[in-house]
Amino acid sequence: MLEAILNGLSGLTMGFQHLLLDWRGLVMIIVGCVLLYLGIRKDCEPLLLVPIGFGCILVNVPLSDVMLKDGFLRVIYDAGVATELFPLLIFIGIGAMTDFGPVLAQPRTFLLGAAGQFGIFLTLLLALALGFPKLDAVSIGIIGACDGPTAIYVTSKYAPHLLGAVAVAAYSYMALVPIIQPPIMKFLTTDAERNIVMKYTARPVSRTTRLLFPLVITIAGGCIAPKGLPLLGSIMLGNLMRESGVVARLTKASENEIANVVTLFLGLAIGATMSGPAFIRAETLIVLGLGFLAICLDTVCGILFAKWMNVMSREKINPLIGAAGISAFPMAARVAQKEGYRYNRKSHLLMHAMGANAGGQVGSVIAAAVMLSVLAGMGIIG
Amino acid sequence: MDNVTFGTTMLVAGMGGTLLTLWIMSLIMTILDKVFPYKEEEEGKKES
Repeated sequence: MLEAILNGLSGLTMGFQHLLLDWRGLVMIIVGCVLLYLGIRKDCEPLLLVPIGFGCILVNVPLSDVMLKDGFLRVIYDAGVATELFPLLIFIGIGAMTDFGPVLAQPRTFLLGAAGQFGIFLTLLLALALGFPKLDAVSIGIIGACDGPTAIYVTSKYAPHLLGAVAVAAYSYMALVPIIQPPIMKFLTTDAERNIVMKYTARPVSRTTRLLFPLVITIAGGCIAPKGLPLLGSIMLGNLMRESGVVARLTKASENEIANVVTLFLGLAIGATMSGPAFIRAETLIVLGLGFLAICLDTVCGILFAKWMNVMSREKINPLIGAAGISAFPMAARVAQKEGYRYNRKSHLLMHAMGANAGGQVGSVIAAAVMLSVLAGMGIIG
Repeated sequence: MDNVTFGTTMLVAGMGGTLLTLWIMSLIMTILDKVFPYKEEEEGKKES
Protein backbone atom coordinates (compact mmCIF):
# COMPACT_ATOMS: atom_id res chain seq x y z
CA MET A 1 0.00 0.00 0.00
CA LEU A 2 2.85 2.35 0.89
CA GLU A 3 4.43 1.55 -2.47
CA ALA A 4 1.18 2.46 -4.23
CA ILE A 5 1.03 5.77 -2.38
CA LEU A 6 4.67 6.53 -3.27
CA ASN A 7 4.02 5.64 -6.91
CA GLY A 8 0.98 7.87 -6.89
CA LEU A 9 2.96 10.74 -5.38
CA SER A 10 5.77 10.24 -7.89
CA GLY A 11 3.21 10.99 -10.58
CA LEU A 12 3.00 14.49 -9.15
CA THR A 13 6.72 15.08 -9.67
CA MET A 14 6.94 13.76 -13.21
CA GLY A 15 6.38 17.20 -14.71
CA PHE A 16 9.30 18.65 -12.76
CA GLN A 17 11.49 15.72 -13.74
CA HIS A 18 10.76 16.29 -17.43
CA LEU A 19 11.36 20.00 -17.02
CA LEU A 20 14.89 19.27 -15.82
CA LEU A 21 15.45 16.59 -18.46
CA ASP A 22 14.67 18.87 -21.41
CA TRP A 23 15.83 22.47 -20.87
CA ARG A 24 14.20 23.65 -24.09
CA GLY A 25 10.74 23.53 -22.55
CA LEU A 26 11.91 25.72 -19.68
CA VAL A 27 13.49 28.22 -22.09
CA MET A 28 10.24 28.42 -24.07
CA ILE A 29 8.22 28.98 -20.90
CA ILE A 30 10.53 31.94 -20.26
CA VAL A 31 10.00 33.10 -23.87
CA GLY A 32 6.23 32.86 -23.30
CA CYS A 33 6.61 34.98 -20.16
CA VAL A 34 8.66 37.55 -22.12
CA LEU A 35 5.88 37.76 -24.72
CA LEU A 36 3.33 38.24 -21.93
CA TYR A 37 5.55 40.94 -20.43
CA LEU A 38 5.82 42.74 -23.77
CA GLY A 39 2.08 42.57 -24.27
CA ILE A 40 0.99 43.48 -20.74
CA ARG A 41 3.66 45.89 -19.50
CA LYS A 42 4.92 47.36 -22.77
CA ASP A 43 1.57 47.39 -24.59
CA CYS A 44 3.27 45.77 -27.59
CA GLU A 45 0.46 44.22 -29.73
CA PRO A 46 -1.18 42.84 -26.54
CA LEU A 47 -4.17 41.37 -28.37
CA LEU A 48 -1.85 38.92 -30.09
CA LEU A 49 1.16 38.63 -27.80
CA VAL A 50 -0.87 37.76 -24.69
CA PRO A 51 -2.60 34.70 -26.22
CA ILE A 52 0.58 33.74 -28.12
CA GLY A 53 2.64 33.95 -24.94
CA PHE A 54 0.12 31.93 -22.98
CA GLY A 55 -0.24 29.35 -25.76
CA CYS A 56 3.55 29.06 -25.78
CA ILE A 57 3.58 28.38 -22.03
CA LEU A 58 0.73 25.87 -22.29
CA VAL A 59 2.45 23.79 -24.94
CA ASN A 60 5.80 23.78 -23.12
CA VAL A 61 4.59 22.69 -19.71
CA PRO A 62 6.10 19.19 -19.40
CA LEU A 63 3.82 16.31 -20.43
CA SER A 64 1.34 18.84 -21.79
CA ASP A 65 -1.11 17.20 -24.15
CA VAL A 66 -2.76 20.37 -25.47
CA MET A 67 -1.24 19.89 -28.92
CA LEU A 68 -1.60 16.11 -29.08
CA LYS A 69 -4.49 14.56 -30.97
CA ASP A 70 -7.76 15.92 -29.55
CA GLY A 71 -5.88 18.36 -27.28
CA PHE A 72 -7.79 21.63 -27.09
CA LEU A 73 -5.12 23.72 -28.83
CA ARG A 74 -4.73 21.05 -31.53
CA VAL A 75 -8.47 21.24 -32.17
CA ILE A 76 -8.26 25.05 -32.48
CA TYR A 77 -5.15 24.82 -34.70
CA ASP A 78 -6.69 22.23 -37.01
CA ALA A 79 -9.96 24.11 -37.23
CA GLY A 80 -8.65 27.57 -37.96
CA VAL A 81 -4.97 27.72 -38.78
CA ALA A 82 -4.44 24.54 -40.79
CA THR A 83 -7.55 25.42 -42.79
CA GLU A 84 -6.43 29.11 -43.09
CA LEU A 85 -9.85 30.16 -41.84
CA PHE A 86 -8.72 32.42 -38.97
CA PRO A 87 -6.54 34.83 -40.99
CA LEU A 88 -9.38 35.22 -43.47
CA LEU A 89 -11.95 35.99 -40.76
CA ILE A 90 -9.53 38.57 -39.35
CA PHE A 91 -9.25 40.07 -42.82
CA ILE A 92 -13.02 40.55 -43.02
CA GLY A 93 -12.73 42.52 -39.79
CA ILE A 94 -9.79 44.56 -41.11
CA GLY A 95 -11.75 45.39 -44.27
CA ALA A 96 -14.70 46.44 -42.12
CA MET A 97 -12.47 48.73 -40.06
CA THR A 98 -10.51 50.33 -42.90
CA ASP A 99 -11.49 53.54 -44.61
CA PHE A 100 -9.99 53.46 -48.09
CA GLY A 101 -11.17 57.04 -48.65
CA PRO A 102 -7.67 58.62 -48.50
CA VAL A 103 -6.30 56.26 -51.13
CA LEU A 104 -9.40 56.61 -53.30
CA ALA A 105 -8.96 60.39 -53.16
CA GLN A 106 -5.30 60.10 -54.27
CA PRO A 107 -4.90 56.87 -56.26
CA ARG A 108 -1.22 57.52 -56.96
CA THR A 109 -0.44 56.80 -53.29
CA PHE A 110 -1.46 53.22 -54.10
CA LEU A 111 1.90 52.85 -55.84
CA LEU A 112 3.69 53.61 -52.58
CA GLY A 113 1.81 50.62 -51.19
CA ALA A 114 3.47 48.52 -53.88
CA ALA A 115 6.95 49.86 -53.20
CA GLY A 116 6.48 49.10 -49.52
CA GLN A 117 6.28 45.39 -50.39
CA PHE A 118 9.61 45.13 -52.16
CA GLY A 119 11.25 43.99 -48.93
CA ILE A 120 9.29 40.74 -49.26
CA PHE A 121 11.04 39.78 -52.46
CA LEU A 122 14.49 41.00 -51.46
CA THR A 123 14.27 39.05 -48.19
CA LEU A 124 13.12 36.00 -50.12
CA LEU A 125 16.35 36.23 -52.12
CA LEU A 126 18.42 36.53 -48.95
CA ALA A 127 16.67 33.52 -47.40
CA LEU A 128 17.40 31.49 -50.53
CA ALA A 129 21.04 32.60 -50.40
CA LEU A 130 21.19 31.41 -46.79
CA GLY A 131 20.08 27.96 -47.92
CA PHE A 132 16.41 27.91 -46.94
CA PRO A 133 14.17 25.72 -49.13
CA LYS A 134 12.04 27.65 -51.62
CA LEU A 135 8.72 27.62 -49.76
CA ASP A 136 10.44 28.41 -46.45
CA ALA A 137 12.09 31.40 -48.14
CA VAL A 138 8.68 32.54 -49.41
CA SER A 139 7.25 32.34 -45.88
CA ILE A 140 10.19 34.25 -44.41
CA GLY A 141 9.93 36.92 -47.10
CA ILE A 142 6.25 37.41 -46.36
CA ILE A 143 7.15 38.86 -42.94
CA GLY A 144 8.00 41.91 -45.04
CA ALA A 145 4.31 42.29 -45.81
CA CYS A 146 4.22 43.69 -42.25
CA ASP A 147 0.83 42.06 -42.09
CA GLY A 148 0.19 39.35 -39.49
CA PRO A 149 -2.80 37.59 -41.09
CA THR A 150 -1.12 37.48 -44.54
CA ALA A 151 2.08 36.08 -43.03
CA ILE A 152 0.10 33.47 -41.11
CA TYR A 153 -2.00 32.56 -44.15
CA VAL A 154 1.03 31.92 -46.36
CA THR A 155 3.20 30.27 -43.72
CA SER A 156 0.53 27.94 -42.35
CA LYS A 157 -0.02 26.71 -45.87
CA TYR A 158 3.53 26.34 -47.15
CA ALA A 159 5.91 26.22 -44.16
CA PRO A 160 3.87 25.36 -41.04
CA HIS A 161 7.06 24.48 -39.10
CA LEU A 162 8.04 28.18 -39.28
CA LEU A 163 4.63 29.49 -38.22
CA GLY A 164 5.57 30.43 -34.65
CA ALA A 165 8.73 32.31 -35.64
CA VAL A 166 7.10 34.06 -38.61
CA ALA A 167 4.01 35.12 -36.66
CA VAL A 168 5.98 36.38 -33.68
CA ALA A 169 8.36 38.27 -36.00
CA ALA A 170 5.50 39.78 -38.03
CA TYR A 171 3.55 41.04 -35.02
CA SER A 172 6.55 42.12 -32.95
CA TYR A 173 8.19 44.10 -35.73
CA MET A 174 4.85 45.63 -36.67
CA ALA A 175 4.65 46.99 -33.14
CA LEU A 176 8.23 48.24 -33.43
CA VAL A 177 7.59 50.28 -36.59
CA PRO A 178 7.81 53.61 -34.68
CA ILE A 179 11.30 52.59 -33.52
CA ILE A 180 12.55 50.88 -36.70
CA GLN A 181 11.49 53.46 -39.29
CA PRO A 182 12.62 56.92 -38.11
CA PRO A 183 16.41 56.31 -38.33
CA ILE A 184 16.00 54.91 -41.85
CA MET A 185 13.80 57.84 -42.84
CA LYS A 186 16.41 60.29 -41.61
CA PHE A 187 19.29 58.46 -43.25
CA LEU A 188 17.68 58.27 -46.69
CA THR A 189 16.30 61.80 -47.00
CA THR A 190 17.87 65.22 -47.22
CA ASP A 191 16.83 68.19 -45.13
CA ALA A 192 15.21 69.78 -48.18
CA GLU A 193 13.16 66.64 -48.87
CA ARG A 194 12.02 66.28 -45.27
CA ASN A 195 10.88 69.89 -45.34
CA ILE A 196 8.61 69.51 -48.36
CA VAL A 197 5.12 70.65 -47.43
CA MET A 198 2.38 68.72 -49.19
CA LYS A 199 -0.90 70.54 -49.50
CA TYR A 200 -3.99 68.55 -48.70
CA THR A 201 -7.45 69.52 -49.69
CA ALA A 202 -10.05 67.04 -48.55
CA ARG A 203 -11.52 65.60 -51.72
CA PRO A 204 -14.67 63.64 -51.05
CA VAL A 205 -15.26 60.40 -52.90
CA SER A 206 -18.69 59.46 -54.20
CA ARG A 207 -20.64 56.65 -52.56
CA THR A 208 -20.79 54.78 -55.87
CA THR A 209 -16.99 54.79 -56.14
CA ARG A 210 -16.67 53.61 -52.56
CA LEU A 211 -19.13 50.79 -53.25
CA LEU A 212 -17.56 49.78 -56.56
CA PHE A 213 -14.01 49.85 -55.21
CA PRO A 214 -14.12 46.54 -53.26
CA LEU A 215 -16.04 44.81 -56.02
CA VAL A 216 -13.78 45.92 -58.86
CA ILE A 217 -10.60 45.27 -56.88
CA THR A 218 -11.79 41.76 -55.98
CA ILE A 219 -12.65 40.88 -59.56
CA ALA A 220 -9.57 42.51 -61.15
CA GLY A 221 -7.19 41.30 -58.44
CA GLY A 222 -8.74 37.83 -58.50
CA CYS A 223 -8.26 37.57 -62.24
CA ILE A 224 -4.61 38.65 -62.00
CA ALA A 225 -3.72 36.57 -58.96
CA PRO A 226 -6.40 33.94 -58.33
CA LYS A 227 -4.32 32.16 -55.67
CA GLY A 228 -4.71 35.17 -53.42
CA LEU A 229 -8.43 35.57 -53.95
CA PRO A 230 -9.36 34.36 -50.44
CA LEU A 231 -7.14 37.08 -48.92
CA LEU A 232 -8.26 39.83 -51.26
CA GLY A 233 -11.90 38.74 -51.25
CA SER A 234 -12.18 38.65 -47.47
CA ILE A 235 -10.72 42.13 -46.90
CA MET A 236 -12.89 43.56 -49.68
CA LEU A 237 -16.02 41.82 -48.37
CA GLY A 238 -15.47 43.54 -45.04
CA ASN A 239 -14.99 46.87 -46.79
CA LEU A 240 -18.09 46.42 -48.96
CA MET A 241 -20.17 45.71 -45.85
CA ARG A 242 -18.77 48.86 -44.24
CA GLU A 243 -19.38 51.10 -47.24
CA SER A 244 -22.82 49.70 -48.09
CA GLY A 245 -24.08 50.72 -44.65
CA VAL A 246 -26.96 48.26 -44.93
CA VAL A 247 -25.44 45.46 -42.86
CA ALA A 248 -24.33 47.43 -39.85
CA ARG A 249 -24.80 44.42 -37.55
CA LEU A 250 -22.56 42.22 -39.69
CA THR A 251 -19.96 44.97 -40.01
CA LYS A 252 -19.96 45.53 -36.27
CA ALA A 253 -19.74 41.80 -35.58
CA SER A 254 -16.87 41.41 -38.06
CA GLU A 255 -14.79 44.19 -36.59
CA ASN A 256 -15.58 43.38 -32.98
CA GLU A 257 -16.96 40.03 -31.83
CA ILE A 258 -15.69 37.83 -34.67
CA ALA A 259 -12.30 39.55 -34.88
CA ASN A 260 -11.87 39.34 -31.11
CA VAL A 261 -12.77 35.68 -30.79
CA VAL A 262 -10.66 34.73 -33.79
CA THR A 263 -7.72 36.79 -32.51
CA LEU A 264 -7.84 34.86 -29.24
CA PHE A 265 -7.94 31.48 -30.97
CA LEU A 266 -5.32 32.49 -33.53
CA GLY A 267 -2.93 33.72 -30.86
CA LEU A 268 -3.33 30.57 -28.77
CA ALA A 269 -2.87 28.33 -31.80
CA ILE A 270 0.27 30.19 -32.89
CA GLY A 271 1.69 30.03 -29.39
CA ALA A 272 0.99 26.32 -29.43
CA THR A 273 3.34 25.88 -32.41
CA MET A 274 6.22 27.21 -30.30
CA SER A 275 7.23 24.01 -28.57
CA GLY A 276 10.85 23.92 -27.42
CA PRO A 277 12.20 21.30 -29.83
CA ALA A 278 10.47 22.98 -32.79
CA PHE A 279 11.37 26.56 -31.88
CA ILE A 280 14.83 26.46 -30.34
CA ARG A 281 16.92 26.16 -33.47
CA ALA A 282 19.42 28.42 -35.20
CA GLU A 283 16.85 28.63 -38.00
CA THR A 284 14.45 30.54 -35.73
CA LEU A 285 17.02 33.24 -34.98
CA ILE A 286 17.77 33.60 -38.69
CA VAL A 287 14.04 33.90 -39.43
CA LEU A 288 13.70 36.64 -36.79
CA GLY A 289 16.76 38.44 -38.21
CA LEU A 290 15.52 38.20 -41.78
CA GLY A 291 12.08 39.41 -40.71
CA PHE A 292 13.64 42.50 -39.19
CA LEU A 293 15.61 43.07 -42.36
CA ALA A 294 12.44 42.65 -44.45
CA ILE A 295 10.70 45.50 -42.66
CA CYS A 296 13.80 47.71 -42.96
CA LEU A 297 13.97 46.95 -46.69
CA ASP A 298 10.27 47.78 -47.09
CA THR A 299 10.93 51.17 -45.53
CA VAL A 300 14.02 51.76 -47.68
CA CYS A 301 12.22 50.83 -50.92
CA GLY A 302 9.14 52.88 -50.01
CA ILE A 303 11.24 56.00 -49.36
CA LEU A 304 13.36 55.53 -52.49
CA PHE A 305 10.23 55.04 -54.58
CA ALA A 306 8.70 58.22 -53.12
CA LYS A 307 11.93 60.06 -53.96
CA TRP A 308 11.65 58.80 -57.53
CA MET A 309 7.99 59.87 -57.68
CA ASN A 310 9.08 63.25 -56.36
CA VAL A 311 11.48 63.64 -59.29
CA MET A 312 8.92 62.45 -61.84
CA SER A 313 5.92 64.33 -60.51
CA ARG A 314 5.06 68.00 -61.02
CA GLU A 315 3.54 68.14 -57.57
CA LYS A 316 6.21 67.70 -54.88
CA ILE A 317 6.02 64.60 -52.70
CA ASN A 318 7.65 64.41 -49.29
CA PRO A 319 9.60 61.10 -49.43
CA LEU A 320 8.79 60.44 -45.78
CA ILE A 321 5.31 59.26 -46.81
CA GLY A 322 7.01 56.43 -48.74
CA ALA A 323 7.76 54.77 -45.41
CA ALA A 324 4.00 54.53 -44.79
CA GLY A 325 3.48 52.20 -47.76
CA ILE A 326 3.47 49.17 -45.47
CA SER A 327 0.58 47.34 -43.94
CA ALA A 328 0.99 48.47 -40.31
CA PHE A 329 -2.16 50.61 -40.31
CA PRO A 330 -2.40 53.39 -39.15
CA MET A 331 0.88 53.22 -37.22
CA ALA A 332 3.14 53.78 -40.22
CA ALA A 333 1.10 56.82 -41.31
CA ARG A 334 1.40 58.29 -37.84
CA VAL A 335 5.18 57.79 -37.92
CA ALA A 336 5.40 59.66 -41.26
CA GLN A 337 3.27 62.50 -39.86
CA LYS A 338 5.31 62.71 -36.67
CA GLU A 339 8.64 62.71 -38.46
CA GLY A 340 7.50 65.26 -41.07
CA TYR A 341 6.18 67.54 -38.34
CA ARG A 342 9.42 67.20 -36.39
CA TYR A 343 11.39 68.64 -39.27
CA ASN A 344 8.86 71.23 -40.41
CA ARG A 345 6.12 72.54 -38.15
CA LYS A 346 4.09 73.53 -41.20
CA SER A 347 4.15 70.02 -42.61
CA HIS A 348 1.06 67.86 -42.12
CA LEU A 349 1.60 64.60 -43.94
CA LEU A 350 -1.00 62.50 -42.16
CA MET A 351 -3.68 62.27 -44.86
CA HIS A 352 -1.12 61.67 -47.62
CA ALA A 353 0.54 59.03 -45.47
CA MET A 354 -2.86 57.46 -44.70
CA GLY A 355 -3.35 57.03 -48.45
CA ALA A 356 0.03 55.29 -48.75
CA ASN A 357 -0.74 53.23 -45.66
CA ALA A 358 -4.14 52.10 -46.95
CA GLY A 359 -2.37 51.30 -50.23
CA GLY A 360 0.13 49.29 -48.20
CA GLN A 361 -2.68 47.24 -46.69
CA VAL A 362 -4.03 46.29 -50.09
CA GLY A 363 -0.44 46.09 -51.39
CA SER A 364 0.57 43.44 -48.87
CA VAL A 365 -2.39 41.29 -49.83
CA ILE A 366 -1.71 41.80 -53.52
CA ALA A 367 1.99 41.00 -53.06
CA ALA A 368 1.10 37.72 -51.32
CA ALA A 369 -1.50 36.94 -53.97
CA VAL A 370 0.92 37.68 -56.81
CA MET A 371 3.62 35.63 -55.12
CA LEU A 372 1.32 32.61 -54.72
CA SER A 373 0.14 32.89 -58.30
CA VAL A 374 3.73 33.12 -59.60
CA LEU A 375 4.57 30.02 -57.53
CA ALA A 376 1.56 28.24 -59.00
CA GLY A 377 2.60 29.37 -62.48
CA MET A 378 6.04 27.84 -61.92
CA GLY A 379 4.40 24.61 -60.75
CA ILE A 380 5.93 24.87 -57.25
CA ILE A 381 2.54 24.85 -55.53
CA GLY A 382 -0.65 23.21 -56.67
CA MET B 1 14.49 24.57 -60.70
CA ASP B 2 17.66 26.02 -59.18
CA ASN B 3 17.57 28.73 -56.54
CA VAL B 4 19.01 31.45 -58.81
CA THR B 5 16.30 30.95 -61.45
CA PHE B 6 13.64 30.74 -58.75
CA GLY B 7 14.85 33.86 -56.94
CA THR B 8 15.18 35.90 -60.10
CA THR B 9 11.72 34.83 -61.29
CA MET B 10 10.17 35.73 -57.95
CA LEU B 11 11.94 39.08 -57.94
CA VAL B 12 10.99 40.03 -61.48
CA ALA B 13 7.52 38.47 -61.73
CA GLY B 14 6.61 38.98 -58.07
CA MET B 15 7.83 42.52 -57.62
CA GLY B 16 6.87 43.53 -61.15
CA GLY B 17 3.50 41.81 -60.83
CA THR B 18 2.75 43.58 -57.55
CA LEU B 19 3.66 46.97 -58.96
CA LEU B 20 1.74 46.35 -62.16
CA THR B 21 -1.35 45.09 -60.31
CA LEU B 22 -1.43 48.08 -57.99
CA TRP B 23 -0.83 50.46 -60.89
CA ILE B 24 -3.82 48.88 -62.69
CA MET B 25 -5.86 49.28 -59.52
CA SER B 26 -4.88 52.93 -59.18
CA LEU B 27 -5.97 53.43 -62.79
CA ILE B 28 -9.27 51.72 -62.06
CA MET B 29 -9.79 54.02 -59.08
CA THR B 30 -9.00 57.09 -61.15
CA ILE B 31 -11.51 55.97 -63.79
CA LEU B 32 -14.14 55.19 -61.15
CA ASP B 33 -13.65 58.65 -59.68
CA LYS B 34 -14.03 60.26 -63.11
CA VAL B 35 -17.12 58.24 -64.05
CA PHE B 36 -18.78 58.63 -60.67
CA PRO B 37 -17.62 62.00 -59.34
CA TYR B 38 -18.71 63.22 -55.95
CA LYS B 39 -21.82 65.37 -56.13
CA GLU B 40 -22.94 67.96 -53.65
CA GLU B 41 -26.37 66.26 -53.44
CA GLU B 42 -24.78 63.32 -51.69
CA GLU B 43 -23.75 65.59 -48.87
CA GLY B 44 -27.27 66.96 -48.79
CA LYS B 45 -28.73 63.45 -48.60
CA LYS B 46 -26.39 62.56 -45.75
CA GLU B 47 -27.39 65.63 -43.80
CA SER B 48 -31.13 65.04 -44.30
